Amino acid sequence: MASNILVIGGGANGLACAFRLAKAGARVTLVEAAEQVGGGARTVEFAPGFRASGLAHLLQGFDARAAKEMRLERHGFQTSAPLATILPGETPLTIAASGELSGAAPEVTEEWDALTARLNRHARRLAPFRQLPPPRVKGRNDWMSLAPTALGLGRAGRRDLRDLMRLLLTNAADVAEDDLSDPRLQGLLAFEATLGAWAGPRSPGTLLLELNRRAMGAPRLPKGGMGALAGAMRRAVEAAGVTLRTGTRAERLVIEGDRARGAVLSTGEVLAADQVVSALCPRTTLLGLAGAAALDTGIVRRATAMPFRGGAAKLHLAIEGDPGFGPGVDLGARIVLAPSVDHVERAFNPVKYGEATDAPVMEITCPTAHDPSLAPEGHHVLSIIAQFVPHAPKDPAAARARFLAGIKARLEEAAPGIGARIRHEELLMPSDIEARYGLTGGSWHHGDFAVERMLFLRPFHEAARYAAPLPGLWLASAGSHPGGGVTGTAGWNAAGQILRAA
Amino acid sequence: MKDTSTTHRPWERPLLQTPFHPRLEALNHEADWAPWSGWQTALSFGDTEMELSAIRSTATLYDLTPMVKYRIHGPGAEAMLNRLTLRDVTKLKPGRVQYTGWCDDDGHLLDDGTLFRLGPDEFRLCCQERHLPWLLDSAIGFDAEVTEVTEEIAALALQGPCSAWVLAEAGFDVSALRPFGIMEAGGVMISRTGFTGDLGYELWTSPDQALPLWDRLIQAGAPRGIRPIGSAALDIARIEAGFIVAGVDFVPAEQALREDRALTPIELGLGWMIAWEKGHFTGRRALQAATPRWALVRLEVEGNVSAEGAIVYRGKTREVGTVTSAIWSPTTKRSLALAVIDAKLAESPDLWVEIYAMRELRYVKLMQRARPAPRPFFAPERRRATPPEMT
Repeated sequence: MASNILVIGGGANGLACAFRLAKAGARVTLVEAAEQVGGGARTVEFAPGFRASGLAHLLQGFDARAAKEMRLERHGFQTSAPLATILPGETPLTIAASGELSGAAPEVTEEWDALTARLNRHARRLAPFRQLPPPRVKGRNDWMSLAPTALGLGRAGRRDLRDLMRLLLTNAADVAEDDLSDPRLQGLLAFEATLGAWAGPRSPGTLLLELNRRAMGAPRLPKGGMGALAGAMRRAVEAAGVTLRTGTRAERLVIEGDRARGAVLSTGEVLAADQVVSALCPRTTLLGLAGAAALDTGIVRRATAMPFRGGAAKLHLAIEGDPGFGPGVDLGARIVLAPSVDHVERAFNPVKYGEATDAPVMEITCPTAHDPSLAPEGHHVLSIIAQFVPHAPKDPAAARARFLAGIKARLEEAAPGIGARIRHEELLMPSDIEARYGLTGGSWHHGDFAVERMLFLRPFHEAARYAAPLPGLWLASAGSHPGGGVTGTAGWNAAGQILRAA
Repeated sequence: MKDTSTTHRPWERPLLQTPFHPRLEALNHEADWAPWSGWQTALSFGDTEMELSAIRSTATLYDLTPMVKYRIHGPGAEAMLNRLTLRDVTKLKPGRVQYTGWCDDDGHLLDDGTLFRLGPDEFRLCCQERHLPWLLDSAIGFDAEVTEVTEEIAALALQGPCSAWVLAEAGFDVSALRPFGIMEAGGVMISRTGFTGDLGYELWTSPDQALPLWDRLIQAGAPRGIRPIGSAALDIARIEAGFIVAGVDFVPAEQALREDRALTPIELGLGWMIAWEKGHFTGRRALQAATPRWALVRLEVEGNVSAEGAIVYRGKTREVGTVTSAIWSPTTKRSLALAVIDAKLAESPDLWVEIYAMRELRYVKLMQRARPAPRPFFAPERRRATPPEMT
């Protein structure tokens, strides 16, 4: 394949896509508006001497095919071992990366083990879907590649399949309350199922989000922050012969003869290409880059109607000394503060009305526990994802103040005295995330990730198989299947479709 | 009685009355009314045959106010309409009208209508169905505003061979107005357009000027026997002219419940409209890829019985389509029909229609030969002549 391909957007998906295309023999140019590649996978210095992953802070479900073929390890990328999860309290509960629970009574452990085994079994069966282009609802499917996945489901047995069907559209709270008795474990399931979603644990379809998360595997901390991943991917892409142009924005597509033929760049230059891949969000790509005039009204309607409701904020804290979570809390683990289902649900309630919660739930990592070079000696960095905040608060300043005070109050309960040891802080509300990372609505997944926006419905059915409804244009962001997280899978899958169409 | 004029339950609201209603009501002795897009309109003024005869031999007035009308204006209006409709709007000059159509993404016809270019950035789109959500969404990304103006404009169709004479008598000089042209005269906009296939004009004014305009035309037309007509006579005239109606001859794509009922403009005989070279328009990609399955055809049916609702056969045995509109045409003295049939048989010499004619509570079943007509059944030269005949 000797065609010219332009990839717009240098996040994990854009990089993975560019690599796979270049490896297949295409001449690939990748343009990225920022000075560095990585998109949401970046390491930033948020205060003098303190560095943290600027947005996503854990690596979970990174595409194994991309990692292997890009030889990321050879390009210097290292991660921690899979992280354990700790639920602080008088007697902290620890869940090992393997799923093993310690610190709980035997009957609690037994419940937990049974539910974990059951959810993991379903997640394993669904996992292969992530690597395939979504099946078509209408028209011909590639049954050769779908068959093993479908067979896997078929082999599950009637009882298991029935259980999966029952769980698919249910909510996380029901399962947590039916199958677990410990409020903190219930809270953990409720939290994980809704992390990054615009949904509370009692919202329908949230259990599927939990199954998807489990299908992505255990989270790991990248050494050097997420920017290290971007750096390794950059080296792999360059080694594959991709021309990288950072600090260059694609302003709009060049459309000739009813086809995308390249892009006009911020430099004024016109970059011609046989195919254009956009790893920007589908709405920005279609309405911003291609423009409504090149699309059918129905497509414009779909792109306009896509929901972008980021409900998560990112907080970076510079701490002098130990954060103070106390003995029994391993700083190298992932710490989750979500004491019960109701805590998570209540944190979600106000955002429906454009208000921020004053009792957030959150996931905390301490990257300096793995890589002390991220902070000056004797200091720590905490990287926190806290929920929920509205993407368009009625009163932005009040929402911010209320939310930040809420996070600090929760932290103080878990780590008494931590407030006095905070030296620097940086809170990114969804609007800040939108401004800094170009994520519409502060949506980490380039569009709500929910059951009605999965598989052949992501981003919407006319564009679900990576081909945009404009010849020569392809969609390869997290706004396409299989959605969010720093995984590179959408980009990898999109490249596969482009190569197949060539 | 409950006041339902401001109800949130619009189906409870009485039909709207047009600005011409005081005159129409006085003339409609038999109270032959029918709803049209939420308005009370006359089906006839007592004698449909005489009304049709007037369309073809003298002059007639028809209240066009319920026609759905949109104002589209702004610097991006031309580009927006070029992306919306099938024809090339950049070739539509100010002061001219295009008969056009527009499709959904699948290339299925949403509606047909007339697009008036009133100025470089000022357009009016007139059609049968309501399309505001579609038009608003079609304006996304264009510097154009869309508003519905149906109730802000009173409209009359003055049709028939004497219509230019009547206008002259009423003080409007339309001698230079070509078909699909627009002119302005004393607060009235006159376009040489219509739905009868005959010489005729449409007059557009503000609702407060409606009654004076009506009186002026009735008075001027009296020596030629001008008469008001209802929708029944107009429907016969439009079938004679071979014109199609949304909801009758095709199901507007947005209303079709069954996936295979929506048709493309090519299937509906409007393929000539498509300006393939003008650039992108909604439905273009689907239309390029589509193979026509159906064809709207004009049929001349043997005998003197109207073939309304008849099934079309090939060789009297194989069902190949359906008659969508049919009449006994007093003008051409023929039984005429519009039908949607299998595209492969559009020119077949072996077409038949099965007519069930109710005759004094008993069906008379007829199998009549039907011949595809290459041209409209009725298309007199006078409809195009400029200057128009002054008879």
